[in-house]
Amino acid sequence: MNALVTSPNLVFVVTIAVLFTVGVYLVLERSLTRVIIGVALLGNGTNLLILVAGGRAGGPPIVGVTPEDEMSDPLPQALILTAIVITLGLTAFLLAMAYRSWQLHRHDEVQDDVEDRRIARLAARDERAFEDADTDGDTQTLDEEAALTRDETDEAEPVPTPEAGR
Amino acid sequence: MTDWSWLVPLPVVLPLSAAGLTLALYRRPRVQRVVTVVTLTAVLVVAAALLVLADGAPLVVEVGNWAAPVGINLVADRLSALMLTVSAAVTLCVLLYSLAQGQADGENDAPISIFHPTYLALTAGVSNAFLSGDLFNIYVGFEILLAASYVLITLGGTGERIRAGTIYVVVAIISSVLFLVAIGAVYAATGTVNLAQLAVRLPEIDPGVRLVLQVMLLLAFGIKAAIFPLSSWLPDSYPTAPAPVTAVFAGLLTKVGVYAIIRTQSLLFPEGRLDDVLMWLALATMLVGILGAVAQDDVKRLLSFTLVSHIGFMVFGIALGSQAGWTAAIFYVAHHITVQTALFLVVGLVERFGGTTSLDRLGGLAKTAPVLAVLFFVPAMNLAGIPPLSGFLGKVGLLEAGVAQATPLAYLLVAGSVVTSLLTLYALIKAWNKAFWQTPPAELPRTPVPTSMAVPAGALVAVGLALTFLAGPLYAYTERAAVTLAERDPYVRAVLPDLERGQGESADVAEQAVEQDEATVGGEDG
Repeated sequence: MNALVTSPNLVFVVTIAVLFTVGVYLVLERSLTRVIIGVALLGNGTNLLILVAGGRAGGPPIVGVTPEDEMSDPLPQALILTAIVITLGLTAFLLAMAYRSWQLHRHDEVQDDVEDRRIARLAARDERAFEDADTDGDTQTLDEEAALTRDETDEAEPVPTPEAGR
Repeated sequence: MTDWSWLVPLPVVLPLSAAGLTLALYRRPRVQRVVTVVTLTAVLVVAAALLVLADGAPLVVEVGNWAAPVGINLVADRLSALMLTVSAAVTLCVLLYSLAQGQADGENDAPISIFHPTYLALTAGVSNAFLSGDLFNIYVGFEILLAASYVLITLGGTGERIRAGTIYVVVAIISSVLFLVAIGAVYAATGTVNLAQLAVRLPEIDPGVRLVLQVMLLLAFGIKAAIFPLSSWLPDSYPTAPAPVTAVFAGLLTKVGVYAIIRTQSLLFPEGRLDDVLMWLALATMLVGILGAVAQDDVKRLLSFTLVSHIGFMVFGIALGSQAGWTAAIFYVAHHITVQTALFLVVGLVERFGGTTSLDRLGGLAKTAPVLAVLFFVPAMNLAGIPPLSGFLGKVGLLEAGVAQATPLAYLLVAGSVVTSLLTLYALIKAWNKAFWQTPPAELPRTPVPTSMAVPAGALVAVGLALTFLAGPLYAYTERAAVTLAERDPYVRAVLPDLERGQGESADVAEQAVEQDEATVGGEDG
């Protein structure tokens, strides 16, 4: 093995890039289960990144087994081990939370920000609220969207339909 | 001179062991309570001792006797000792408050039995983050405290808490992943994660790479500290948790992020190339936060927004990058931890008494609960910075440091912080008027508040006031802490006496080696 090789392995770099891309995409999903998979991928990507950060591969870093200049760096492996354990624990917690959310609401959607929802509700009441141009469906206005906004607080007054005020 | 460094790991070890013990004692809630109270009192005593001892040189402990930078080390310098002491005092008060609450509610069953181990783990995590001498150990400290906080914020598992918890947990995990990526990048660039060695090696690497590392670390800590564009998770997550949990989160968790920013900016990136960016962020954090607070009609949400806003003051102090700026920022952190926690505890009492935290429904509490009115008024004025309270002193320190900088941006920040203070005063006076003076729109239920809950809250308010009376010595102490931060050398020398990558051997091993050498030399002689 050439001890002077310092540039990282391309396969690793590409794998890290793919893991991060897919992970970020999944974390942005609304379903908590997908977020969990995303977190797991991000965690694995990070672990690989630390491994690459540790430099070239080498023999086991044990004095007497491997000559000193052929040893691999043991520290990143210790760091990765710790990070794996932490990610495992957090994934378990997230799974429990997703399950609890499903138990309570029969879905595991990550809910809207309370502030967002409040503003949406204000918009629903405001008759002069302008037409929403960027809705995904072509027929929904912002008012209708706001009326459909899921509300878990149990204290929201029923949202008036857009027709009520006109 | 006696070597007191064995005290350093105690704030981590004691609560962690006690967490295990209380978990085993889950069937004996009374014993659990005693263990937790005793442990946290012991941590407070140890932290106070460290506060005195670390005033000289930083105390360093090499865990497992492996010398830095190969081994893990814990360092208590003036900054970490001060943070430890304030956080220990606050956690103890909050614990007593929640014990009283548990007793008053007669909750001796399930949630309480996991509350104690989790709370102790949280304390251990916070202490670990304050004491760590390397980046990865700070990460581990963060993860311990965050994992505990996930459990605390979803305690009971009601729909509302799961909703708030989901956002909180996902955001926290993303910030942790970012931090870990930053650690990987730091290791790739410098080959070490030890803070002292990084302080030596970072100036030697490419400035561009250094800037990237600085930005990555700031991003990770900025989410945890809730600096403006990264702060929107906070007001959604905090208000739903039980009052003591919100109080301890508001007091400590964001401050751990602030501490990490102070530590890394002063020790690793002293040239301050991002100071202007930080200044703009501080301004935005202050103004956006306080405007959010003004718009709220719920006291808990209002306080969450003031929390975000006042993080801006600390970032301002850090961004000044001067010794005066750091002094004021550290003083402000100590003041803000006590005051913000006290406010959340008192609001917990108000909620208990009046059955709501909505300002539209509360009213007339000044007559029906005069003690609560005083307990809320004092820390509220302290937060707004009315002279002569400690909030005023901290703000004056920041303003002076800002004026001393004498750049247009610093003057803008000075103006921004004055406006923020006035708006804080407005928001809190509005809250006080509505909750305590206006005639209530509907009759309030008026549940009596147990004295055992009011006393810890009152004690914390008193600690906040004590900071005013002790402001002289405390300010002198933070000034000395800032001097250590600015010099950097005491910290680095305490960890790495020769400034190099040492032999990585501890004192014991070195002694043994000497003995062996002598033995072999003797053998050759014979």
